[in-house]
Amino acid sequence: MANSFDVIVLGGGPAGYVCAIRCAQLGLQTVVIEQEKLGGVCVNIGCIPTKALLHSAYIANLLKESKDFGVEAGEVKTDYGVAMKRSRRVADQNSKGVEFLMKKHKITVVRGTGVLQPGKKVKVGSEVYEAKKAVVIATGSRVKGIPQIGLEINKTTVISSDEALLMEKIPATLAIIGAGAVGMEFADIFHAFGVKVTIIEALPRILPLEDAEASDAVGKSYRKRGIEVIAGAKVTKATVAKDKVTLDVEAGGEKKQIVAAAVLMAAGRAVNIENVGLKECGIQLTERGFIKVDKNLQTSTAGYYAIGDVAGPPMLAHKGSREGVTVAEIIAGQKPHPIKYDNVPSVTYCHPEVASIGLTEDQCKEKKLDYVAGKFPFSASGRARGTGETEGFVKILRDKKYGEILGAHIVGGHASEIIHELAVARENEYTVEEVDLAIHAHPTMSEAIAEAALDSLGRALNV
Amino acid sequence: MATKVHMEALSPTMEEGRLVKWTKKEGDAVKSGDTLAEVETDKAVMELVARADGQLLKVVVPAGSTVPVGNVVAWIGKPGEKVDGAGTAGAGSQTAGAGSQESGAGAAKPAVPAAAPKPAPAPAAGPRPTPPTPAPVVAQADATRVKASPLARRIAKDAGVDLKLVQGSGPGGRVIKRDVEGGATQAQPVTTPTPSSRLPTPSSRLPTPSSRLPTPGVPYEDVPLSQIRKTIAKRLAASIGPVPHFFLTTEIDMERAAEAREALNKQLGEEGGKISCNDIIIKAVALALVQHRACNAWFQDDHIRYWNEVHIGMAVAIEDGLITPVIRNADQKSLRAIGAESRELAGRARSRRLKPEEYTGATFSVSNLGMFDIDDFTAVINPPEAGIVAIGSIVAKAVPDGDRVVVRRRLRLTMSCDHRVIDGATGAVYLKTLKQMLENPLAMLL
Repeated sequence: MANSFDVIVLGGGPAGYVCAIRCAQLGLQTVVIEQEKLGGVCVNIGCIPTKALLHSAYIANLLKESKDFGVEAGEVKTDYGVAMKRSRRVADQNSKGVEFLMKKHKITVVRGTGVLQPGKKVKVGSEVYEAKKAVVIATGSRVKGIPQIGLEINKTTVISSDEALLMEKIPATLAIIGAGAVGMEFADIFHAFGVKVTIIEALPRILPLEDAEASDAVGKSYRKRGIEVIAGAKVTKATVAKDKVTLDVEAGGEKKQIVAAAVLMAAGRAVNIENVGLKECGIQLTERGFIKVDKNLQTSTAGYYAIGDVAGPPMLAHKGSREGVTVAEIIAGQKPHPIKYDNVPSVTYCHPEVASIGLTEDQCKEKKLDYVAGKFPFSASGRARGTGETEGFVKILRDKKYGEILGAHIVGGHASEIIHELAVARENEYTVEEVDLAIHAHPTMSEAIAEAALDSLGRALNV
Repeated sequence: MATKVHMEALSPTMEEGRLVKWTKKEGDAVKSGDTLAEVETDKAVMELVARADGQLLKVVVPAGSTVPVGNVVAWIGKPGEKVDGAGTAGAGSQTAGAGSQESGAGAAKPAVPAAAPKPAPAPAAGPRPTPPTPAPVVAQADATRVKASPLARRIAKDAGVDLKLVQGSGPGGRVIKRDVEGGATQAQPVTTPTPSSRLPTPSSRLPTPSSRLPTPGVPYEDVPLSQIRKTIAKRLAASIGPVPHFFLTTEIDMERAAEAREALNKQLGEEGGKISCNDIIIKAVALALVQHRACNAWFQDDHIRYWNEVHIGMAVAIEDGLITPVIRNADQKSLRAIGAESRELAGRARSRRLKPEEYTGATFSVSNLGMFDIDDFTAVINPPEAGIVAIGSIVAKAVPDGDRVVVRRRLRLTMSCDHRVIDGATGAVYLKTLKQMLENPLAMLL
């Protein structure tokens, strides 16, 4: 039967396509069903194009200060349209890369919208595909507005990242609602391209999931650059006109009116669970609306697995990819190493970058853990001074008794790259001492990690 | 200058010891040679003695903890003297040093029985600022190296959990935090957290399944391996695996030996001291070995050591294990001497008070399960010895005698041979001699 496979993967994003590759590696006949481009949100309208735009923003910011470095670039002009088109090329290249990977691993790709049916079947249009072993649900998530306060995405004045990524022309003023990773990154991008940006966060501080000190450091940096940052703010009313949006905001007991040419909604994402056929297959949801899975990522119906954003937070591509690998191995009858959900790094690629893993200091306090914080500022790093990236710090929270790395927080240039030393350390249960014992090259940004480890032991050398 | 007290290698095979009890308290005056603590080794409970005069300044390892040989367990010095490493509990800043691994490896060699590492002078005496130098993290110098994360090692060390006993759930069976956290609670019955708390005696401490009533509804009981059980596991696996065993069984008529024994015991009646069948067997085994040196040998990897002396190891069942005290020059001892010695050694074996030289150096062994009504069985060779005889029970049997059937007391005996040393015929002729001696005890006088 032509439509029979070992595994059907519904969704070709970073969770689904990686799962399909791992299935193929394990000798399973696999089909991926994708209604849009392979690579999903991450590759096409998420992680990848925003990183291209953020690099454009970085160059713009760098050139503005290049005189200091002995390089005069003359008048710096920016063109978002050009940057956007470049970001599209990057995204397309990546999506084509995924297509190539599917071919390489002899994975069948079906274009269309799949709907689950009982008996491990998926219907795409008039075709029905049948899985001999398992169906993997990896339908991902999408942007959402806040219709309750009048901010429904209209794609002109009230936009989401989807529109922001495809704009030819940018608004003169932009209000961003939500100061999580998405909001902060777009604030960085648009500010660099000359937009007057106001970022509004309902929770008491920006980057609310990060360590408070990280929020403070980034907030300070943004304000210094001229980005308006309002945290602990409630949008009480939104008036959407044809060419502008007026927001009534209450923050710190003060009322304020913000007028912007557009509002970018960056307050969370909604999972794609509608019209997938979950109910028909008896697949249950959690209270928070994610697909309910057991420790093997199997849903409440045997033979159906869920991975990625639909399977629950953190809604991060790398978490989804790992779940894809794990589920493929489970389906193939292996016993993969269990995923450590408390050891998933979190990164915001704004400038300065923010990267973290494990617990924040506030969480350590809440859990009443006996911890010591070690900190090293990049202002004391020779490498950071050399590149002019002296903002930020490395902070390591260690368990007082055994030296376990409870959490680590990095704000600064290349934070996204250097966090992995601590991910490896935590995965292998190295303590701060093993981190210090590993010799760090000089001068590097990574040295700050070793110094923060030492500082937590009360013996930092260079601060 | 304060002196370190190390966990010493109190037996030839000891790699780690469990501090059963501190007999001196912090602050007590001690003289060189004084007993500081009782230590359970892999074989017995031994005394750890002071190697310096002064005051017991600090006890680093609480009673109940197990530490590798070479680790610092206490400090001796002048009253009020500060010790390096005080308050080390867990705030360790250095991982296992090479030094401790060396001492561990040295202790594992049988060449240094009870050779205590000389109390090294403390490096940098007197007050020293942080970081403190902790006792090294469990140093595994032998082949049974445990894969464990650095964090798990620390937690295990602090909780007194032996990583060798922990089932690792990390990649490739690596012991990780989660495993030792569980282990710490499991190991509670054998670890006593504070030195001050009263310790049960070693024999009542060992939780053997037989000594407990099973709790209804509990499918099984996990009992941590004691030091001796670990040694048994290691030694016997090193035997039946690599040592090519073969077995020879013979049935021996014990009628005359039994009669002789009865007569002798009658004679000894008033003087006290009885002779058992086992004593007669030991004597016969030893005498037969004198005639068959080929069976009185050690396999030594690149050579075979044929012994001229005959030292018989006698397997003694003790609580939670067995041990083989040695009757030296058994061929030259009288039955009475063997009887007295075997009773005395067995008694001390059961109370775990044997000295290392009393249970090492056998050239051949005897294991007897006759008292348990075992007809016959095969025993596992205790390397490097090349043979062991397994004694069943003596039972009255109907046996043909010419054209009649008579009832005779019979014994089934099985010899296990290391084929690298003893060949089939070699073992058989030895057994033939042994059989003749037992069937005709007078032959022993030849």
